[in-house]
Amino acid sequence: MTSLPDAKLVCRDVWKVFGPHAVETLKRLGPNPASEDFTAAGLVPAVRAVNLSVRESEIFVIMGLSGSGKSTLVRCMSRLVQPTAGEILFSGEDLLRASEAEMTMIRRHKMGMVFQHFALLPHLSVLDNVAFPLQIQGMPRAEREARAAKMVALVGLDGREQAFPRQLSGGQQQRIGIARSLAVEPELWFLDEPFSALDPLIRREMQDEFIRLQSVLKKTIVFITHDFDEAIRLADRIAIMKDGEIVQQGTPEEIVLSPATDYVREFTRAVTKAKVLRVTGVMRPPSGVEPTGTIPSRATMAEAAPAFLDGAKVLRVVDEDGVTLGHLHRSDVVDILLGG
Amino acid sequence: MQTAPQVVRRTWPGWAGWLLVLVLFVTFWKLGRPLMPWAFDYPRGWEIPAASRTTKATKWLLNDATFGLFTFAEFTRFIADLIDIPYRIALSILSTGFLRGSGSAAVQLVPPASWLAAIIVGGLIGLHAGGRRLGLLVAACLGFVALFGQWQSAMVTLASIVVAVPMGVAGGMGLGILAYRVPLFERAIRPVLDLMQTIPVFAYLVPILILFGFGPTAAVVATLIYAMPPMTRVTHLALTRVPHELTDLGRMVGCNSRQMMWQVMVPSAKASLMVGVNQVIMLSLNMVIIASMIGAGGLGFDVLAALRRLDFGSGLEAGLAIVALAVVLDRVSQAYASRRPGTDPAPGANLVARHPYLTAATATLVLAMLGGLVLPGLQSYPEALEISTGTFGNRVVQWINVNYFDTLEAIKNTLLLNLLIPFKRFLLDLPWLGVVALLGYSGWRLGGVRLAVLAAVLAFLIAATGQWEKAMITLYLCGIATGIAMLIGVPIGILAAEHERLWGPVQVVIDTLQTLPSFVYLMPAVMLFRVGDFTALIAVVAYAVAPAVRYTVLGLKGVDPRLIEAGRAMGCTNRQVLTRIKLKLALPEILLGINQTVMFALSMLVITALVGTRDLGQEVYIALTKADPGRGLIAGLAVAFIAIIADRMIHAGARAARARLGLEATR
Repeated sequence: MTSLPDAKLVCRDVWKVFGPHAVETLKRLGPNPASEDFTAAGLVPAVRAVNLSVRESEIFVIMGLSGSGKSTLVRCMSRLVQPTAGEILFSGEDLLRASEAEMTMIRRHKMGMVFQHFALLPHLSVLDNVAFPLQIQGMPRAEREARAAKMVALVGLDGREQAFPRQLSGGQQQRIGIARSLAVEPELWFLDEPFSALDPLIRREMQDEFIRLQSVLKKTIVFITHDFDEAIRLADRIAIMKDGEIVQQGTPEEIVLSPATDYVREFTRAVTKAKVLRVTGVMRPPSGVEPTGTIPSRATMAEAAPAFLDGAKVLRVVDEDGVTLGHLHRSDVVDILLGG
Repeated sequence: MQTAPQVVRRTWPGWAGWLLVLVLFVTFWKLGRPLMPWAFDYPRGWEIPAASRTTKATKWLLNDATFGLFTFAEFTRFIADLIDIPYRIALSILSTGFLRGSGSAAVQLVPPASWLAAIIVGGLIGLHAGGRRLGLLVAACLGFVALFGQWQSAMVTLASIVVAVPMGVAGGMGLGILAYRVPLFERAIRPVLDLMQTIPVFAYLVPILILFGFGPTAAVVATLIYAMPPMTRVTHLALTRVPHELTDLGRMVGCNSRQMMWQVMVPSAKASLMVGVNQVIMLSLNMVIIASMIGAGGLGFDVLAALRRLDFGSGLEAGLAIVALAVVLDRVSQAYASRRPGTDPAPGANLVARHPYLTAATATLVLAMLGGLVLPGLQSYPEALEISTGTFGNRVVQWINVNYFDTLEAIKNTLLLNLLIPFKRFLLDLPWLGVVALLGYSGWRLGGVRLAVLAAVLAFLIAATGQWEKAMITLYLCGIATGIAMLIGVPIGILAAEHERLWGPVQVVIDTLQTLPSFVYLMPAVMLFRVGDFTALIAVVAYAVAPAVRYTVLGLKGVDPRLIEAGRAMGCTNRQVLTRIKLKLALPEILLGINQTVMFALSMLVITALVGTRDLGQEVYIALTKADPGRGLIAGLAVAFIAIIADRMIHAGARAARARLGLEATR
């Protein structure tokens, strides 16, 4: 799975071990060191043998509880943290071989990052904050302010360009953080727990906003969260981390329907399956009379259910271009809803 | 990362060791004198001639040291000349005007800033920094200075500060940034900073005097040495505390190291950095006053001259002018520190609308200068309008002394006879060897082997340089002053922490007490009790009481409110909450308060040498009058050693207390 043709970012056997002489010790310990070996050597492994690949234009969510190494992993991907071992291929190039100067250019032009606590510069106005990455690149003032203004409008904060971060609510501040990270038009977009510091209601609103943005922008996204529901809601694919290792990766459906370990099952237990399963998972091949009602292929079972309220027995599942993919039967939906 | 609790097997309880050592100490003290007299009075023959060697070294530096192309003395004079340029300019603008020629033949080309214009500009700065109230306060304080005829002196003092502060801030920040970037440099510079802050200022006045000559320039150099260390510390701390996310952001957007420092870190740390700037300003003021002894002139010189003449009235006026200046500098710099972006007018508009304050200030200065040509009273404050309370002040003091002389004398003598003198005798009687050993043991118990060695070696060095007796006198004054300051400060602190309404005014008072230059404290004490140890004690207590109050309040207010709530839920009365919960948990903080009180007391003690104490401070002061750099530096180092021992011991004690209370993990 590490060699998908459309993979934008690939991690191969990435390790991050904190402590003295980490590189040498890791080599000495061989391919499969045990936790005890690290403790004995006085080292702390934060990321262990991570293999994953992020495809072009997908939302790849890394989900894990605090201390699982997810933040360290995402920082390894941009080399904010230097991985101890492994390869990180970005559009086929190994980032670990890039010089510090090359890395700076890659970060400047091809990567954007959103931070948990927003990381807005307190002395700059909204517009200047958004224009900051462009300023660092040395873009002339007029040009960068025009681009920044567009980004501010994109996240729906036009009119507040001259405000300062402290004058805005948490949700608004994170919108600025998002606008800033998009200002350089990155190929790869990192979001490190972007909504964790927000109230539940605002979080929901920001998730919707994020989905809207992605439907327009189609970025390649690595999204970090500790919230399983958020992961299910946003992800095209999910990787679940525990103690620095990835315990399972797959689509939300795969994870909810067949959790790989008890640890993953704990998370999936509280999830209503109807909210995860997409209609494409239970539709049947088209047969018989062509039904009149339609349902978009992205819809979940829970979203599809109300469409049967007017008495329809079968719905047509259509993709974005209106092409029929299959038929969705009422009885299948009811089974899923009742089965939880 | 939990470790299994270690089973401590101790056949002796903790206090038994202390008891044993104390018994040994007392036995040795009472019975040891006939056996080992050298352990009681350090033999002259064993003394290290550090003072005379240092003097020789300084003389060598001055006369013979050379870098090849130029001599060391030429080098220092060059620096002095360099500093002299901005000083002359500042002085010309504020006080003398631009002159051609020298001495009495000088012709004034451009007059100095008019007093009225300066007050208005000061008011505008206040307005800009903190709004209308601050503007009025600044104008009022400056007006007060003019009204009492202290304008000229105040402007001379201000000129030194205006020159010293930017240099101190820039230098301190540069060192702080370097320390942040190069951890090795940080480790190297930390002990130097410690020493720079604990050596009494008088001690390095002499070498500076010799190397840089007598005059305002030398005073600026002394001010820099005194005021720079806190800026370095604050800068380093502020940079380390910049949130990781912000540095991550800087790296993500591809900042190079200069962009990272100046566009991300320094702006984010601005609030903390401004606290450092405020400290530099206040310390500079303090030092410029003290440096009047090496020719800084200005208000400090007026106070010093009045002290020497015992002319309290005029001394008090100059002192109050210093207070007014201190209040202005402190409040304005604090207002700038807490000012946030977003209050500036929108860009666009024309020059006047964009910089209303700058335009108004310039206009005022120009108008006042032109007006001054017509009306001389506008240029320099007319003498006829000056008020002097000098004679009035003298009469008040006279009246107090006539009517309450006996009462005051009685208080003074009672304390002297029953507390000061017995304690002094007791300390002087102790064997130095025993004290060194006792310090070593305490160091070991509180902080391990390193602290033990540090304390014992520093204490031994004081004895070995022949300063034991003077050090004991310093210790006695410092000890009693700290004790009294804590006795006054802690109860006030407890009251203030318990009653929110009281805390407001108390805070204003201790803030003001802390901004006052230490010189000022001497005046009222001398007025009432003349010279001597008791006067020194009063001044030291007045100066050192502020940190005692502040840390008590900080400690009590810092107690976790959940614990207080838990206490109340268990049915504690207010009194029980205070004594059983708050005071116990605030103990480490209060210990740090003692530490600060000791530091304040020591720094003030040196200045009280002016009113005739017989301690290390006096030694430094005498060295200053005799221009003997070695003697002054060695005595100064002894004071620094006492400070360092006290500081390290109390810190170790506070850390142990925090660990015991579970507020901090044991290391």
